[in-house]
Amino acid sequence: MAANSSSIPKRRASLRRQDARVAWLLLIPSLAVILGVTLWPIIYTFILSFFNAPTGINQIRTFVGLGNYIDMLKDRTFWETVGRTLYFTVVSVGLELILGLAVAQLIHSHPWGWQFLRFSLIIPWAVPTIVNGAMWRWIYSADFGALNGILMQLGLIKHYVPWLTLPNTAMNLVILADIWHTMPFVALILQAALATLPEELNEAAMIDRANAWQRFWYVRLPLLRPAILVVLIVRTVEAFRVFDIVYIITSGGPAFKTITITYLTYLNTFSYGKQGTGAALSFLISIFTIMMALIFIRFLYRPEETR
Amino acid sequence: MSYRKFLRKLFLFLLTIPVLLFIFMPILWLFSASLSTQVELFAIPPHWIPQHPTLQNYLDIIFPNLAASAVPRTFSVSLLNSFKIASSVTLICIVIGSLAAYALVRIPFKFNHTLQVGILGTRMIPEVSLVIPLFIMAAGLQLINKPIVLVITYMSFALPFAIWMMAAFFQTVPLELEDAARIDGCSRLGILLRVVMPISVPGLVSTAMFVFLLAWDEFFYALIFTSTLAAKTVPVAIAEFIGRYVVNITGMMAGGILAALPPVILALIFQRYIVSGMTAGAVKG
Repeated sequence: MAANSSSIPKRRASLRRQDARVAWLLLIPSLAVILGVTLWPIIYTFILSFFNAPTGINQIRTFVGLGNYIDMLKDRTFWETVGRTLYFTVVSVGLELILGLAVAQLIHSHPWGWQFLRFSLIIPWAVPTIVNGAMWRWIYSADFGALNGILMQLGLIKHYVPWLTLPNTAMNLVILADIWHTMPFVALILQAALATLPEELNEAAMIDRANAWQRFWYVRLPLLRPAILVVLIVRTVEAFRVFDIVYIITSGGPAFKTITITYLTYLNTFSYGKQGTGAALSFLISIFTIMMALIFIRFLYRPEETR
Repeated sequence: MSYRKFLRKLFLFLLTIPVLLFIFMPILWLFSASLSTQVELFAIPPHWIPQHPTLQNYLDIIFPNLAASAVPRTFSVSLLNSFKIASSVTLICIVIGSLAAYALVRIPFKFNHTLQVGILGTRMIPEVSLVIPLFIMAAGLQLINKPIVLVITYMSFALPFAIWMMAAFFQTVPLELEDAARIDGCSRLGILLRVVMPISVPGLVSTAMFVFLLAWDEFFYALIFTSTLAAKTVPVAIAEFIGRYVVNITGMMAGGILAALPPVILALIFQRYIVSGMTAGAVKG
């Protein structure tokens, strides 16, 4: 009996070891895939960024140290592109958050047909990015576009305007298309978060004679902080690496005015044949992305509120 | 009071109208254009509702051998490619991802936490940072322009996503159920297959839908790794037509609708899983 009871911890330890073995067995297929398509490539990209590497098979690579990075940081195109990408990110994510919050609050107030509204939001979200881009490109079309048609019929313009050739307008129109596609995601997440808030808080605030705006600003908004954080991280990371929608609507034009940082990387690697520069750029995008996520978490994440 | 309540309801209802217009106007215009003839589509001012609606654009894509031009033919092939690739990616992710997700949430072992953070980290890495080595590798293995290259490369974003999302769903399975199964002599794999997976069916369906949508939507890898009909996916087909042949714009509108249909229908059918899926798939589990 005594011998038996002393063996229990031993048996437990062996069970745990067995468990660990099972865990690794279950993980092996996934880890192998991640190692092959993510981990090894990102290390390769990092190494490649220190080389002058012309695109193509059997090209001679020469080690240039930090050369690619230094050239890039000295290049005005790079900084203009970073600025443009940040503009796209800040404006589109900012507007999506504000509009998404407004729509979420609207659904939450349960007007007639709110279920239909919530249902409808799924459609733009599910439409593929490229279809969305093609659709808006056609809407903005200079010769036959719906935007021109509608503005003309409303009497707001006299002649059809080639919208996508106007340098400052083009980027904003891309942003509008992006908002159509992604605002529903923000609205749906925030609406779900609103629905989980306890109704008593709202009632308590009403008894204290807080008006609708105060109830929103001081009661609900602070409680939405975790959901807003999630939305901001996901959307900022996505927006900063934007490529598809720009490629399809403007192809980077007019005169490179809508080229974003991912687009610049794509051009360097696959059009200009400068793989080393492309690698350096793409590595910087990764760093930027991870840094932005960390900054948001640091500023917005307050553990005591999520408990 | 009830009069004021009525006014409030009416006011809120009036607010929903611009939102609905913003959502539906572009997509309805796309739909209307897909039913138009080329001549009508180029009318100024536009015919918002086609005067001579036709299904010809759709028929050309669905029965490509009858179509006059090459556009619908290439389009139907790329639709099929997209289906094959997105389904394969989904299947692989669910099978190997569920094993990994279970191990991460329910089995304590050394490095468990490190691996969780690591997998979350790989989700942050953009495609563009991986594409050069993947391209070199694919070219070396002569996989360019083969559907399999997209199935493999799509794993880079789909698998971490699927693992993370399924982990969030598995976490909600009561531990007591697992303990009961263990006492009855069930192995870890048995618990996963007979207890955790059956309870998590809604979560698995949701994950499968999201992964399918991600793979269907993907453009960047598809643009770089495929250019021939053998592997070209729908987004690439649409992009090519926009860029080069502006001839068959009505066919493209119908193609756009057809490309949007599978994800939209999937999303509408499984709409009640979407929000939980969005939250689970987002950064925190």
